[in-house]
Amino acid sequence: MMNPAMTFEGAHPLAATIARLVWLLPLLPLLGFLINGALAMLGAAKIGPADPSEGHHSEGHGNGHGGVHGHEHDDAHDHADHGHPPRHKFAGIVSLVGPGVLVAAFLLASAIFFAMRGVEMEHPYVLTLFSWMPVGDLNLNATILLDPLSMTMVMVVTGVGMLIHIFSVGYMQDDPGYPRYFAYLNLFVFFMLILVLGGSYPLLFVGWEGVGLCSYLLIGFWFSEKANADAGKKAFIVNRIGDFGFLVAMFLMFANLGTLDILGVADKAKDLPMGGAVATAIALFLFLGCTGKSAQIPLYTWLPDAMAGPTPVSALIHAATMVTAGVYLVARASGVFSMAPVAQLTVAAVGALTAFFAATIGLKQWDIKKVLAYSTVSQLGYMFVGVGVGAYVAGIFHLATHAFFKALLFLGSGSVIYAMHKAYHATHNHDDAQDMRNMGGLRHHMPITFCLMWIATLAIAGIPLFSGFFSKDEILAAVFARTHGSTLAEASLLGIPGSTVLFIVYGLGLVSALMTAIYMTRMMLYTFHGPNRTGEAERPHLAEAPWVMTGPLVVLGILAAFGGWLNVPALLGAIGPVGGLEHWLEPVVGENALRTTLGEAAHLSHSTELVLVGTAIAIAVAGIAFAVWRLKPAALVAKKDAPAAEGIARVLENKYFVDEGYDAAIVQPTVAVSRNVLWKGFDAGVIDGLFVNGSALLARAFGWMGSQLQTGHLGTYAWVLLIGVLTILGAFTYR
Amino acid sequence: MLAEALALSAVLFAIGVIGVLTRRNAIIIFMCVELMLNAVNLSFVALSTLYGASGQVFVVFTMTVAAAEAAVGLAIIIAIFRHVKTVNLQNINLLKG
Amino acid sequence: MQPNEFHPIAYSAAFYFFGLTALASAIAFVTRKSPVAAAMWLVNVMFCLAGLYVMLDAQFIGAIQVLVYAGAIMVVFLFVIMLLNLGHASELADARGRWGQVLALLVGLALVAPLLALSKGDLLNRMIPPDLAARAAAAAAAPTAGGVIGPVAEPLFKEYLLAFELTSVLLLAAIVGAVVLGKRRTDAR
Repeated sequence: MMNPAMTFEGAHPLAATIARLVWLLPLLPLLGFLINGALAMLGAAKIGPADPSEGHHSEGHGNGHGGVHGHEHDDAHDHADHGHPPRHKFAGIVSLVGPGVLVAAFLLASAIFFAMRGVEMEHPYVLTLFSWMPVGDLNLNATILLDPLSMTMVMVVTGVGMLIHIFSVGYMQDDPGYPRYFAYLNLFVFFMLILVLGGSYPLLFVGWEGVGLCSYLLIGFWFSEKANADAGKKAFIVNRIGDFGFLVAMFLMFANLGTLDILGVADKAKDLPMGGAVATAIALFLFLGCTGKSAQIPLYTWLPDAMAGPTPVSALIHAATMVTAGVYLVARASGVFSMAPVAQLTVAAVGALTAFFAATIGLKQWDIKKVLAYSTVSQLGYMFVGVGVGAYVAGIFHLATHAFFKALLFLGSGSVIYAMHKAYHATHNHDDAQDMRNMGGLRHHMPITFCLMWIATLAIAGIPLFSGFFSKDEILAAVFARTHGSTLAEASLLGIPGSTVLFIVYGLGLVSALMTAIYMTRMMLYTFHGPNRTGEAERPHLAEAPWVMTGPLVVLGILAAFGGWLNVPALLGAIGPVGGLEHWLEPVVGENALRTTLGEAAHLSHSTELVLVGTAIAIAVAGIAFAVWRLKPAALVAKKDAPAAEGIARVLENKYFVDEGYDAAIVQPTVAVSRNVLWKGFDAGVIDGLFVNGSALLARAFGWMGSQLQTGHLGTYAWVLLIGVLTILGAFTYR
Repeated sequence: MLAEALALSAVLFAIGVIGVLTRRNAIIIFMCVELMLNAVNLSFVALSTLYGASGQVFVVFTMTVAAAEAAVGLAIIIAIFRHVKTVNLQNINLLKG
Repeated sequence: MQPNEFHPIAYSAAFYFFGLTALASAIAFVTRKSPVAAAMWLVNVMFCLAGLYVMLDAQFIGAIQVLVYAGAIMVVFLFVIMLLNLGHASELADARGRWGQVLALLVGLALVAPLLALSKGDLLNRMIPPDLAARAAAAAAAPTAGGVIGPVAEPLFKEYLLAFELTSVLLLAAIVGAVVLGKRRTDAR
């Protein structure tokens, strides 16, 4: 079936603008990947990955023992005091190409964005590149789908990606794998752009898998440390479970809707019965894919471990872009989701549970990156609550603001780790550079990072006028609004009425918001306030990172502070134009969002809205105040002197022992079955024993029989020959 | 007479086979093979009355091959006899590796 | 089918005479214990076959049958038998046991049955080319150059010339092989 956009392709107003060069967007990072990859291979003959034995080492910690491995890593600053080690011989050209392609891509994206602002977008712009898979009934083209939603994602990916690339130039400068790092990072952006621009689900899936691959490669970037390589494998394997869901969803789409085209599916989904089994199944399987990629319950365990990668990678892939792909997918498939209220409730419930659950774990983590990792899981939960209840704009809005402030937090923590590591390295101390118990008082040493990270903290906590406030509040308000007069409220999940589910979701959201404020403030207090616990010898070496690193932080700081102006709520109409993002995304998700709210825009009375906003603000302030009141950074002791945690704190510190639980419930039985049944029973017994050795035995038996015929006596041979002759002759004569 | 000639050929061939199977003297076995060749030659000649002289040409070739075979075969028998002092195949199993 | 020079009854009589003699001689050949006696019976078979060849209008083949087979090859056999002095008891008791002989006879019968079936039966009639009469008439009308040898010589040196030349190579190889094998190894000691 032709979708409307196809029909209009030739005459689309965007075809006459720079938007026709949209295919260049993914191509630019790909070019960067090819160049950097070639340089990495050329340089690989000389310099391999960092050797842990030389004191390089391991930013990551396996899970559950955060911080046991002492010295932290970042080859970048090893040897700082022995004079700089020689940089990679291609470092110059890589520093130019790696961030360069991203700058170019961002400029192009901006140009396309302004071109899109300039024309009336009645239909999405679909650019068909080439015929990809013409197989039977399935005629799949490689198409680029450019609409406000994908444009928003492109802006986030290229914009935040560009800043993080620039930051990486400083952070990774002395790493022996410098070109390899940028090659992977460029490749990641390439796949991410394929993901957001792909015009069909299979193409989206190509990007989906591609970013997974890059994530794996970058988590295990310092693969000479086993924990890092294991973390990479864990991420990869856990994601495969989700990808299975995505694949099944695509099969279902093709079987039931007859198309895999994004617009085609959206078009056909309208005709599905409301709440029918097909739409629900497709939506739930898609969401299974999302739980893997976006680290939701039950597949979230890989994300905290993914912190083993370099910190800019955590910022780009595991906070700002890749992990939000699931949110994007739900918004993309909003046509299907809005037809399946049960699936929507599931998404919202899982999102809220994840937000709550991860926030509690975040309360007791000591590793600065682990705090941020659980915070990311928690915030992703918020996004799913948003898109789950059909407030797609709110979800995407939070995605964008989260990309700003979480990227800032990660890069800021990278800055801190950089300084800590440098200090430890200067004194040959092998203590943990990521443990907050070893920090404290850093505000005196790194004032810029300190200020910027506070901005991000206020943003994530939901302090008014900072970006996170707008987006988080919008999500919570949307949930509240849908408790009445929506398809969700009328549906039920596991026997619980939809409105009850939504109230629970709302409650969990509020509690999570409180805990978010607490753990973020806790992180800031322990890191930057109070006395310094790094050590007497190290203290003089603590210093702000170079400008190539703080520069991107400043830009992100501005975005984190003012990102909320993207979509100002009507209530605060006084401060700027209302609902920018809402209008921008309206052509894509508007209709589907309305379907959930029964045809009328979700509406809350002015007073209700004021109460909700007031509650949110009160909770944010209370969280921060509580943390400041209760937590005493001065009382904290350095990690090596710290006592083991007790009681509930121990449970939280160990992340509810979920990893151990998965290990006991899934991994160990799988291993046991594999070892005892599949390996020792089937492989060794049936395959090796029966088939391999059995066939050899059979051949030997025949060989033995044959050898018995070889008596060496001509008479025997004559007899055998005669028998053969008789057989053939008989066969010819008496057939 | 064609049918009789072919029947004789078949019987002579079978007698040659029986000889090969029953005798153990290498030279006699060899002669049995010659008998089989002659039986085949008889077939060729008999059928050449139907199909022209090509069959007779084949007989000439067969005889040539038989002569060559006899020369080489007997030389082998002499060589073996020198080695094991017998031509009884029961006692010769040099073919067994 | 038989050549015109023969009276049919005389022809048949001579044919059966040669055939039965050949058969009897062959049986005698395989049953003789003495290699020399066996060889003599085989020579007899070959003479009979030579006679049959002549009766089947293959006079040249009959002639070389006598010359090459009976005259040359069999003489070589006898020569070897006498050279090796294969007369003593251990060499004479060379036949297999009773059961072996019975089994061999059965195999021989099994072998001859399909051969007889092939040479009798319908197959033989089907083997006769349809233009046989015309061909025979043409052959009779055209006086063949070179008498009885001509019909053999012509394909031999035209159609099968290459094969004929190759047989000379084969004979050369056989001569060389026989010489090498028959030569006493003087260098071995």
